[in-house]
Amino acid sequence: MSIIEVKQLKKSFGSNEVLKDISVEIQEKEVVCVIGPSGSGKSTFLRCLNRLEDITGGTVVIDTHDITNPKVDINKVREEVGMVFQHFNLFPHKTVLENVTLAPMKVRKTEKSQAKQRALELLDKVGLREKADNYPGELSGGQKQRVAIARALAMNPKIMLFDEPTSALDPEMVGDVLAVMKQLALEGMTMIVVTHEMGFAREVGDRVLFMDGGFIVEENIPSLLFDAPQHERTQSFLSKVL
Amino acid sequence: MEVAKTAFPFFLEGLQITLYIFIIAVIAGFIIGLIVALMRLSPLKILNAIAIVYIDVIRGTPFIVQLFFIYFGLNSLEWLSMDRMYAGILTVAINAGAYFAEIIRAGIQSIDKGQTEAARSLGMTGRQTMTQIILPQAFRRMLPTITNQSIISLKDTSLLSIIGIADLTQQGQVQQATTFEPFIVWTVVGLMYFVVIYLLSLLAKFLERRFTLR
Repeated sequence: MSIIEVKQLKKSFGSNEVLKDISVEIQEKEVVCVIGPSGSGKSTFLRCLNRLEDITGGTVVIDTHDITNPKVDINKVREEVGMVFQHFNLFPHKTVLENVTLAPMKVRKTEKSQAKQRALELLDKVGLREKADNYPGELSGGQKQRVAIARALAMNPKIMLFDEPTSALDPEMVGDVLAVMKQLALEGMTMIVVTHEMGFAREVGDRVLFMDGGFIVEENIPSLLFDAPQHERTQSFLSKVL
Repeated sequence: MEVAKTAFPFFLEGLQITLYIFIIAVIAGFIIGLIVALMRLSPLKILNAIAIVYIDVIRGTPFIVQLFFIYFGLNSLEWLSMDRMYAGILTVAINAGAYFAEIIRAGIQSIDKGQTEAARSLGMTGRQTMTQIILPQAFRRMLPTITNQSIISLKDTSLLSIIGIADLTQQGQVQQATTFEPFIVWTVVGLMYFVVIYLLSLLAKFLERRFTLR
């Protein structure tokens, strides 16, 4: 059974229809990369998956919970869906360690010592244990993003959403972040990654969705989508970015 | 100088009352401001409207008129009776509350939307997000304007002498009448206000440095 089921998802901002008709199923442990030109709706699509955007129409079922149902406890669903943002959105008034322990302690009511131990493990995993007592302002962009990944992982989510995680980074920082994401994929995390990193999508993705104009224009396994795109829009997009 | 010496104990007494009113009124005003700011930002239209009317009425009328309305106006209705101290504190609090509300609202709105999104995406509730993430950051940003409004409110307390509260300004008037030395009396009273406000701004600078945004 698929862990994410999106049916006829529609999203409008006022009269501007950003997502027109999105249907897709994502299996557990699958890594799905979403590519496409800016304004194609790929970030909006991702943000609908944890209802950071109000959904205009259709259904989105996350791990058996229909989040378009107003009665669903969205906070409970979000506990299982980690998100990493383009601009990191770390909490600047809290230390790196506090950033990672906050949600487990406040939301999951984890003991402080336990939360701290888990946080240090995760910081170790992203290679930043020695920065635990620093503040986000003292870190580089790549380090911030790795802390943001650790922060999301601290909730032990079943699904991780990545919204252009490397787009705001200096080129030499991109590799460290992608390496952490690749490791996560190898460990079997279900991941949806909106990205412009075609190399990552090809290497790590199980499936690639190409979005344009509020639709999923084409989807396939990476080798086929990148090397033998069927749709004309996909071909012209790829010819510009590859 | 002799005059200043004999008058000084009275000034100190007045200053005590001034500070007493100031501290209670500013704390109450801040709580009012926080509640009204949250009402102002609430999605509920009715709470919004109440907050806007309150802020507009206070900003659109002079402090003295607010004081007279509360002390003389409300008391004359005879369904409540406030002594002058109560009415004075209430006026300063209600007045400061409106300005604090706007300061707090602006402070909350100045925090990047990404902070809320990050917190909510982790499963935190709206309330947790406000208390853990938004308000702590907003307060640091607001500290200079909060100090400013507090100083204005402290100075506003001097107007309470008009309804007969024995604050520092009132003591100045009494001492002027008994000593016939207005120059010395008002110099000393002015200096006392100045010193208190100066200390207040030093405290604010200290707090700002302690809580610098990182």
